[in-house]
Amino acid sequence: YTPGNTASCQPDACHLFVCRWALEFVMDAEADGLVEVSEDGDPSRRRRVHGMLKLYYGLNEEGKAEEEQESLDPCDINGPHFDPEHYLNKLRRECSLAELMDQETCMVKQIRSLDSDMQTLVYENYNKFISATDTIRKMKNDFKKMEDEMDCLSANMAAITEFSACISGTLQDQHAQITKLSGVHTLLRKLQFLFELPARLNKCLELQAYAQAVNSHRRARCVLRQYSHLPSFKGIQDDCHAIMDKLAQELRQKFRDGGSSAKDLAQCVELLLQLDEPAEELCDKFLSHARSRLESDLQGLEAEIRPYPSAPAVKDFIDRGCNEFVSSLCLVIASYQELFINHAQMANGKLHAFVDDLAARYFSLVERRIQEEKGVGDNSLLVRALDRFHRRLQAVAKLLPGSPVPNKGIEIVIRAATERVKQYLAALQSFYMDSLTDVRQALATPRLSVAGASVAGELLSSLSASILNQIKSVLASVHLFTAKDITFSNKPYFKGEFCSQGVRESLVVNFIKFVCQSSRQFCESAGDKGGSTPPVLLLLLSRLCLDYETSTISYILTLTDEQFLVQHHSPVTPVTTLCEEAREAAQKLLNHYVKVQGLIISQMLRKSVETRDWVNTIEPRNVRAVMKRVVEDTTSIDVQVGLLYEEGVRKAHSSDSSKRTFSVYSSSRQQARYAASYTPSAPMDTNLLSNIHKLFSERIDIFSSVEFNKVSVMTGIIKISLKTFLECVRLRTFGRYGLQQIQVDCHYLQMYLWRFVSDENLVHFLLDEIVCSSAHRCLDPAPMEQSVIEVICERG
Amino acid sequence: MEDDAPVIYGLEFQARALTAQTAETDAIRFLVGTQSLKFDNQIHIIDFDDENNIINKNVLLHQAGEIWHIGASPADKAVLTTCYNKTSNSRVVSCAAVWRMPTDWETASHESPDDTAHNPQTLELLCHLDDSAHGNAACVLWEPMGDGKRVISLADNHALLWDLQESSTQATVSSTATLEGKGQLKFNAGKWSPHHNCSQLATANDTVIRGWDLRTMSQIYCIENAHGQLVRDLDFNPNRQYYMASCGDDCKVKFWDVRNVQEPVKTLEEHSHWLVNCKGGGRSEELR
Repeated sequence: YTPGNTASCQPDACHLFVCRWALEFVMDAEADGLVEVSEDGDPSRRRRVHGMLKLYYGLNEEGKAEEEQESLDPCDINGPHFDPEHYLNKLRRECSLAELMDQETCMVKQIRSLDSDMQTLVYENYNKFISATDTIRKMKNDFKKMEDEMDCLSANMAAITEFSACISGTLQDQHAQITKLSGVHTLLRKLQFLFELPARLNKCLELQAYAQAVNSHRRARCVLRQYSHLPSFKGIQDDCHAIMDKLAQELRQKFRDGGSSAKDLAQCVELLLQLDEPAEELCDKFLSHARSRLESDLQGLEAEIRPYPSAPAVKDFIDRGCNEFVSSLCLVIASYQELFINHAQMANGKLHAFVDDLAARYFSLVERRIQEEKGVGDNSLLVRALDRFHRRLQAVAKLLPGSPVPNKGIEIVIRAATERVKQYLAALQSFYMDSLTDVRQALATPRLSVAGASVAGELLSSLSASILNQIKSVLASVHLFTAKDITFSNKPYFKGEFCSQGVRESLVVNFIKFVCQSSRQFCESAGDKGGSTPPVLLLLLSRLCLDYETSTISYILTLTDEQFLVQHHSPVTPVTTLCEEAREAAQKLLNHYVKVQGLIISQMLRKSVETRDWVNTIEPRNVRAVMKRVVEDTTSIDVQVGLLYEEGVRKAHSSDSSKRTFSVYSSSRQQARYAASYTPSAPMDTNLLSNIHKLFSERIDIFSSVEFNKVSVMTGIIKISLKTFLECVRLRTFGRYGLQQIQVDCHYLQMYLWRFVSDENLVHFLLDEIVCSSAHRCLDPAPMEQSVIEVICERG
Repeated sequence: MEDDAPVIYGLEFQARALTAQTAETDAIRFLVGTQSLKFDNQIHIIDFDDENNIINKNVLLHQAGEIWHIGASPADKAVLTTCYNKTSNSRVVSCAAVWRMPTDWETASHESPDDTAHNPQTLELLCHLDDSAHGNAACVLWEPMGDGKRVISLADNHALLWDLQESSTQATVSSTATLEGKGQLKFNAGKWSPHHNCSQLATANDTVIRGWDLRTMSQIYCIENAHGQLVRDLDFNPNRQYYMASCGDDCKVKFWDVRNVQEPVKTLEEHSHWLVNCKGGGRSEELR
């Protein structure tokens, strides 16, 4: 505290403390005032004043780093390290005279203003100090007055204490008496309660207010036990015991009757527990009662399982099961857990066994009911029922964590789903077979064969469309199992295995396989057993399978994969395998078709050759009717095939196929051969010639596989027919006119059949062989003139 | 034999009839009958020497007509039957007959091998297996492993059981069975079963296979639609009494268990042409 700071202050020692306090007060006020002033003043000045104040209060350490840096500069006129010498030297060195002059003027101005500021400050300080001194003087007077009053107050307090002690002393005895009396009163009330207890309990018993009775008894029980050595209390205790026994008896009776609701029952158990009944026994009893009630629910359910048509809908069944059985089961579990919470260890085991047992029976009922559900009409009912079933089981899962019940429920749902898929497969299969029967009927309706064939195309498209629609609707039905709002759809089974193995493999893939297999069966069984399958159906199925191979299969599978977002964890049947299978089936069917049609025509030809006496026949005047029939049938087959299969490629025709090649075969080569066979001297030459001829002609594979086009199919049929003709001719002996008739017939066939086949040379070759063979088997081989043959054929 | 080159024997004429001579136990011998409308038909006796892998042949003349079926007696190696077509007066008649080979055909061939082709010896006719009522024999079957006294001929829709007497020079019909039904039925082929004391016969007509009991001459089983087309031949398994093979125009070989004729035991579809002949014993041959 330096006097230099407060220039005019001469404080006396006795008031040093007060002065200091007052000064501080003043200084604070001044600092505040300065802050106000400095808002429109020079900030550097303000800082300086602050610095002085800080110096006084020892606040050096609070200075900003910026200021410290600034203050290190000896040329800073406001810094603490200001060196006037240095500053002057610097000015003198750096500035011109004019600048020095300006600087000087400026500095003088600043000094003047500083001086005036300081004067103002000192003046103000002085004023305030004076007023502070006044205040202190005034306070000194006031304190003295206050001291007197305090003395008075302490005197009064002492008097009050004295009085109070006196009163307490007087009242001491009475207070002890009151306390004692109130204790006695309480005791008496308690005793009264005890004495009244039997009556009260009886009354409760009468009113069946068991809870109140037990409550009362419990309160009295300890006391009675404690004082049971006193005869009077003993009496009360005995009475109470008797009553309570009776009560317990009644409770047990009520418990046994089982007619009461679950809530009543729970209450009974609670009271009995409070009466110290053994918990384990109670558990058993409680559960057995619950069991009898639940079993009656189950019986009710069982009665609902009836043969399919009369039974209520599966959803109603499940609803009933949920509402009756599952909800009472939940109630039982909840109340049981609440009741026996103190005996959790023992009670839980019993509860689990109980729930498992009953749930197993419930599940078996549900499963039986679901198995009854055979109609595949509306899947949504079943799915919703299963959803309800599954959802309600979640409540059990929540109540009984770790119970296997929900898992078993899921298993049931899964089984039901797989069963459903199987049923859908069966439904699809039967639908397919039914459609085939329809097609068959449509084909069998009495119409001309040509007219019948004309509907084949429509039948095919309607058949494949209806199958596709059916598949789509089945997929939509099955898709319900994985719908988002169904609780079990997010189980891993329904996300993965159900989609890939269930739907894709066992439904879609199996159906496609079934289509192929059933088609193939048409080839295997029908062919030998009299050909019960109409050939058009074979053709139609073949086209169907081929369409499957080219597009339908991949379409269906893509559809399935998209709908079910199938993620293949396990290997699945690839599209190519199915396509191959379908193609195989198509090929087999088509081959079979060719065979069947070939056989039909063969049969005609064979009968016609076998039943005729070729030795004694008249000179040919006409083409035999059977040949016309063959051509007619071939034409209608051609129309039939043309409706379902594309034309296909054939070798280029010669300009006049029906005549030119035939004349070649008939006149030149044939004549040469006859000539050879006439000469008796060289029988070997005939064989040699025909053998050499065979070496150079292509080997004809009669029953070879055909391609998927009309020409190939027709070629196959004609090959089979003509080959039969040839073989039959070889088994017969001909007279001259017999041979000529064959010539006429062959020419006729030649005229009409070449247009159906891929390579007309094939027909030429086979017909050539036929005429050759009949010439060989002829007793008098004198061929007919080519021109005559032509005339006859053109006339016929 | 598998290692050796195949042995090929060529005939001048076309031939459809071939049989093994079962009475000949010393050599492997086949009989082949030819078919020619214009020349005298022949029976070729072909001996196969399996040690040297060569064949010897002898030719006998069969002047009666072209041979459609041939059968060798199981008891007498000189006796054989043929079914042949006789052409006379511009009519073709199918006949059946029992023949005896000339006794010296072997010696003759050995003495002058060059002559055989030019001057073949002629078969000696023992008896005809025809009577006025039954014509058109399709085939003649010897009783398998019998004493050469009983043959069956299949003619049109009749099966005739003949007893041969007096060194086979006389034949009498002892019993007949007739195929009855709509239309003109006609036996294609038949086989005498070597099992059950040779009391069973199997025949084929059209697409049907029938079994007959020879003691009562009545039908014992019938396989309707055994093949899609005509059944051409059938045979029994020599080792397994109930098994039978059949073949036909549908290019299939089927194996049957005659106790259950609903379905074939097995079906082969390896051939690409008509099957005219098949043989039991695991060996089936295709004759074309």
